[in-house]
Amino acid sequence: MIAAAEPAPAPVSTATVSPASPMAPTERAAIDASTRGPVLFFFGNAILWLLAATLLGFITSIQLYSPTFLADVPFLTYGRLWPAYQNIITYGWASLAGMGVAIWLMARLTRVPIRYGSVLIAGALLWQIGLTFGIGSILAGKSSGVEWLEIPTTSAVLMLVGYAFVGLWGVLLYGLRKESAAYISVWYLLAAFLWFPWVFATAHLTKSFPQLGGVVQNIIGAWAGQSFFSVWLTAVGLATAYYLIPKVINRPVYSYNVAAAGFWSFIIFAGLTGATRLSGGPIPAWLVSLSVAANILLIVQIVTVAVNLVSTIKGEERYIYHSPTVRFTYFGIIAFLIASVLGLFSSLRSVDAVLHFTPFATGLQMLIIYGFFSMVIFGAIYYILPRLVGCEWLSSSLITFHFYGAAYGGSLVTALLLLGGIATGAALASPDTTFAQIIDSAYFYVAGRALAWVLVGIGHLIFALHFGLMLLRIGQPGGQPTLFGTHDEVSH
Amino acid sequence: MNRSLTLIAWIVGSFALSVYALVIVPQQQIGGLQPQFVEEEGKITDIYPIQNQGIVEKGREVYQAEGCIYCHSQQVRDLQNGTDIVRGWGERRTVARDYIFERPPFLGSNRLGPDLANVGSAKWRNEAENDPRRPVKRDAKWHLLHLYAPQTIISESNMPPYRYLFETKKITGQKSVDALDLTGDLAPAPGYEVVPKPAAVALVGYLLSLDRSHPVNEVKSPAPEAKK
Repeated sequence: MIAAAEPAPAPVSTATVSPASPMAPTERAAIDASTRGPVLFFFGNAILWLLAATLLGFITSIQLYSPTFLADVPFLTYGRLWPAYQNIITYGWASLAGMGVAIWLMARLTRVPIRYGSVLIAGALLWQIGLTFGIGSILAGKSSGVEWLEIPTTSAVLMLVGYAFVGLWGVLLYGLRKESAAYISVWYLLAAFLWFPWVFATAHLTKSFPQLGGVVQNIIGAWAGQSFFSVWLTAVGLATAYYLIPKVINRPVYSYNVAAAGFWSFIIFAGLTGATRLSGGPIPAWLVSLSVAANILLIVQIVTVAVNLVSTIKGEERYIYHSPTVRFTYFGIIAFLIASVLGLFSSLRSVDAVLHFTPFATGLQMLIIYGFFSMVIFGAIYYILPRLVGCEWLSSSLITFHFYGAAYGGSLVTALLLLGGIATGAALASPDTTFAQIIDSAYFYVAGRALAWVLVGIGHLIFALHFGLMLLRIGQPGGQPTLFGTHDEVSH
Repeated sequence: MNRSLTLIAWIVGSFALSVYALVIVPQQQIGGLQPQFVEEEGKITDIYPIQNQGIVEKGREVYQAEGCIYCHSQQVRDLQNGTDIVRGWGERRTVARDYIFERPPFLGSNRLGPDLANVGSAKWRNEAENDPRRPVKRDAKWHLLHLYAPQTIISESNMPPYRYLFETKKITGQKSVDALDLTGDLAPAPGYEVVPKPAAVALVGYLLSLDRSHPVNEVKSPAPEAKK
């Protein structure tokens, strides 16, 4: 109804408006084809890890509600499953899917076809062998004991070598680029490709240095964990959104200068925010002050993203209703903005004193890795896959169900964590409330979370099924993207 | 080309800054912290902290393997940053020196359970001071029973029972000294007893060793007046 008077969105495959000279369709098809093997491999494997993460998210929520659940099986206890979950969702799902999208985007934006795609596949395999060994070690009770750096150094080295294959390809594509125009997406991708291995290597290789004194190990863990979210996920997610939204709605980014200002503030400040995770703890006070200041200055980036992507879509909101890619990506951008603002406020000393050590921080992470990053990546996969397999998504209903599961389920998990965190924090701040009372009142939130994970899980199973059908080339004939509401319905 | 060099230089530079500020400088500042000494008439009469030994170190490994850090922190914040001290989790804030021998320190980031920085101290409590449920003594016996069946002690507890750190065995001769006093549903069959495995004994040894109440030079008044 809403779009009755308006034309249906143009089929995306013929919408070639980007800030620079358009590519010939044949050239674009050749570049897409060159990415097919590796990108499908990355996506397929990432989705398997996503299903594993979903299952663990569900199980660990049940365990918080019902502590005896699986408590007699050592490798399935909460203390081992929770770090396994965190590592799987970050390194298994988010990183692999992000690398897949990043490679595809980089090839498109630089107009350089991928050669020797098998090197990328080998990289993904090594990464996963390392990760699997790392998860196995955590479950076997061999965690390093530093949060975010639990996996053994051997695993990290394997993953790093695997990553090197991928990251080098990304940087190489940039070096060989045939497109001289400055895309904001390329900047973010380059930053992501270069930053990630440095942080990962520095953190994992130094964590066991005997020279490192006591809490410096925790500082490194906080720095690495925070960098993963504020640098790697943010850079890949924003690069993707800055590409997809203008592309699908056929309109250039609102302002490149504003986007550039956001990028520079991101590059300078994002890497300095890590110590907020140890706010109030036994570390030098200036470290926390530095990170809080960096967090506040990051507001430049938050504002630029808001102005740019929201203004780009202004007047073209119908795409949010019709295009799966825009709907998921736009959802992700809104989540990014909410997460950034909440992150800023909760890093302030007085707020942190209340919210530290509560599930609020977990909720914030969920908002970034799921609400923002994963939703943008889902949007990207909906956009990219038809271009790789040659047919369109089979059913817009399946996409709708996936969106409902992911958006409502994911929002519910996140909201319960954030609200539960605020409730717990407020109760902890009052010395008259005993700890037992606090735990008792938190059962409501954890029970809700377990139910919300079921919704998320249904969404993911539908998505995985749809993805599998695409791999088997079961879909609509190519050319017209699968939109919410068929073209017939739109013109009624 | 100049533009890309600038871009790469900025990315490299920002990373260098990040490592410098958040890794290198902290290591220079607190990486070399040593224990503090009290010297009297040329003799060292007091050293803090000291390195864990034997069973305590073994227990630390169990704590690490079981992922206790995901629910229990081991850091006490000062009165400006929360109610840790008021709740009885410690008498002073913890400082970097408290952790110099720990590889790694189990600071933790979440408190689904209480802070354990001082759980081995006789003054540690997680109940109101006059709560009738407050145990007279949190000794090895209390901790073993709590590990085996947390909910029998604190009905609201969300802690998983760690039964696999215990074994049920036939009583031969006399009952073992460390056999758990279990009643009701939990009681083993007649002639049998539930005893801790070495891992549980070590873990409890570690928990009882956790006491960071020793005064440190960094914190002027170990127990400052609580002010509103």
